Amino acid sequence: MVLLHRFTAVVPLIASLALVGCAGDGGGVQSQKMAAIKARGSLICGVDGKLPGFSFVGPDGRYSGLDVDICKATAAAVLSDPAKVTYRDLSATERFAALSSGEVDLLSRNTTMTLSRDAPGGNALAFAPTTFFDGQAVMVPATSGIRSLKDLAGKPICVETGTSTELNLADRMRELNATYTPLKFQSGDQTFAAYLQGRCVAVTSDRSQLAAKRTGFPNPAEHLLLPDMLSKEPLNPATINADPAWADAVRWVVYSLIQAEELGVTAANIDAKVAEAKANKNLAQLRRFFGVEGDLGKQLGLPADFVVRTVKAVGNYGEMFERNVGTGSPLKLERGMNQQWRQGGLMYSPPFL
Amino acid sequence: MASTAPLVVRASPLRRLQKELFGSRLDGLISIALLAALLAAGLGFFRWALFQAQWAVLSANSTLFAVGRYPVEQQWRLWLLTSLLALATGLSWGLLRAFPGSGAVRALWPRNDRWAASILVVLALWRPMALQLTLAIQARWWGIAALLLLARWAAGRYGPAIPQACRRLIPLFWPLLYLVGMVLISGGLGLVQVPPSEWGGLLLTVLMATFAILLCFPLGVLLALGRRSELPLLRWGSVIYIEFIRGAPLITLLFLGQNILGFLLPGGLAPDRVWRAAWVLTFFAAAYVAEAVRSGLAAVPAGQLEAARSLGLPMPLALIHVMLPQAIRVALPATVGQFITLLQDTTVLSLIGLLDLVGTARTVMANPMFLGKNAEVYLVLAILFWTCCAALGLGSRALETRLNTHSPSAPQA
Repeated sequence: MVLLHRFTAVVPLIASLALVGCAGDGGGVQSQKMAAIKARGSLICGVDGKLPGFSFVGPDGRYSGLDVDICKATAAAVLSDPAKVTYRDLSATERFAALSSGEVDLLSRNTTMTLSRDAPGGNALAFAPTTFFDGQAVMVPATSGIRSLKDLAGKPICVETGTSTELNLADRMRELNATYTPLKFQSGDQTFAAYLQGRCVAVTSDRSQLAAKRTGFPNPAEHLLLPDMLSKEPLNPATINADPAWADAVRWVVYSLIQAEELGVTAANIDAKVAEAKANKNLAQLRRFFGVEGDLGKQLGLPADFVVRTVKAVGNYGEMFERNVGTGSPLKLERGMNQQWRQGGLMYSPPFL
Repeated sequence: MASTAPLVVRASPLRRLQKELFGSRLDGLISIALLAALLAAGLGFFRWALFQAQWAVLSANSTLFAVGRYPVEQQWRLWLLTSLLALATGLSWGLLRAFPGSGAVRALWPRNDRWAASILVVLALWRPMALQLTLAIQARWWGIAALLLLARWAAGRYGPAIPQACRRLIPLFWPLLYLVGMVLISGGLGLVQVPPSEWGGLLLTVLMATFAILLCFPLGVLLALGRRSELPLLRWGSVIYIEFIRGAPLITLLFLGQNILGFLLPGGLAPDRVWRAAWVLTFFAAAYVAEAVRSGLAAVPAGQLEAARSLGLPMPLALIHVMLPQAIRVALPATVGQFITLLQDTTVLSLIGLLDLVGTARTVMANPMFLGKNAEVYLVLAILFWTCCAALGLGSRALETRLNTHSPSAPQA
């Protein structure tokens, strides 16, 4: 049984070796990873699998979430089918090892981009653009009248002890010259239980985490997230440094979703937009974006119309956000920093030129 | 009950309770306090279970808990396998009653069996309804329960009529069924392949546990023999292996298997991570089973082996026919304890990202629709695991009594 399995695992390897060999003299874009993915016929995507709004398995056995949508979009671009993804649940400890040993092609697992993770002397990852700007936030009861961090002066705040959240809160409150009473707990569950019992007027954790916990509260609508951000947690998909061509492809898959939102292209109207671009030679920007003219896709080693495929698979970035974590989802997160740059957010795609 | 019990030998249960719990005033006070605490806890639990808990998380995800992400259109294979398992269980159960170990009383339907059958019927009727499964799936469960009981009845009734030669072949049904089951689950031989990454839930837990239990036992026996061998290479090899495995926590070995193999072998050559985890579990448990078997070997008097050798039996035959049967009988309780631990150890697999029962539970609880339903999910998991472990324990006790009555356990040298 296992032997048979091993044998079946060897076949695509040999096939991929052959393909890589061909690509060598063919010229153009060379990505061993992309060749291996095409030979295998599926993208192996490392996800958390247990994170509300970002990746989880629904009752029908399908993965969904914001992180999962990046996997789907990439598979749509490379393999023309968003369903051709093999998901691999990874723990926080093994995610980098799994990526650098080639166990997964793409890591889309709420990973904060940091210098040491990016640097060749560190984890040597290649980060795609940020898909979610997370950060430490504070939640308060809506009736408390607290609307900013300053209002918390002299009040008890529940924190999990021994975490960076505890330190971030202390630093920020010192900057604001506000004293407060920290109520420290050993685990996240204890912290939130104490907050719900009214032992403190505020609780602090990552914004996405607070939103997820809030959905389990008896009356979610009675709790507010303050607008202040106490830390920076940009969550980015990642690949390895060793294959820059593959990293570029993933980077521009993510940008295509952001750019699509800026241009007002949605999963629903993309067919009409493409038809419009094909008919009207003056829409140069859209024509390049959709691959009607130019060879942007080919330069990345992707199909010319890869943007059409990604947006059809998961919608534009705004649609992804709304569906998974936005106000239309149980998590009910505001766009905030994840808004487009024209609306004052940080989502910004370089031009498709 | 009280009137039929032999009063001379033992007081009625009520009397005994009264004597033991309310013997003195202090005893009475302690008993009342404890009973009140138990009652309060019980009431609290039932209030939670009936009014507060939202069991929709289990009924909506029942397929996920049972088989994980196994493709829906291929699930008929698992139904077929479950039916075959029910058939095999029924047959074995009936035949065991039809041919009790020598010395035991032959009774087709002893009281315990009547209890087991009634519990099975109640479970089969009640459980699918409690989970609000669709009628088609409910009907399948009823059919499977009926098949089991029918096979049990038929084997008990007509078992003795089967010719001796055929009867000897019947136990082979189990290993055959295991192989057939593996093919049904993973595909091949004309069936669509279902990669291990899509197995999950109870299916993955049971598969991992049975795979490891079946393979770790022979491996453990070999290691135990190796450790007592007179060949230095074999002896020291076994000692180093056993002590290395026993000196490292399971989770580190699992991480090693998951992460290091990828570096050592070129991409794609390493077996799937599910199989890697299964082999790590097997190798891990084998070291512990080896020590249990070694204790059994040590309990067999040295004269047994010497006697067998002096009768002209070659070493392998002496080991197989004389030493091991006695050693394993002694080592059985410790070995089964190891099997139960192994079943519980499969929960660690959720930490390396496999969707076993606990991994499935964690991903279900991450679904925004079911956030905060931890208590319901973990309670049901606890009951499931308890049931599986209790079944293993019961089975081993039955096996012990059967082995002990078959031939006197004390070696009469």
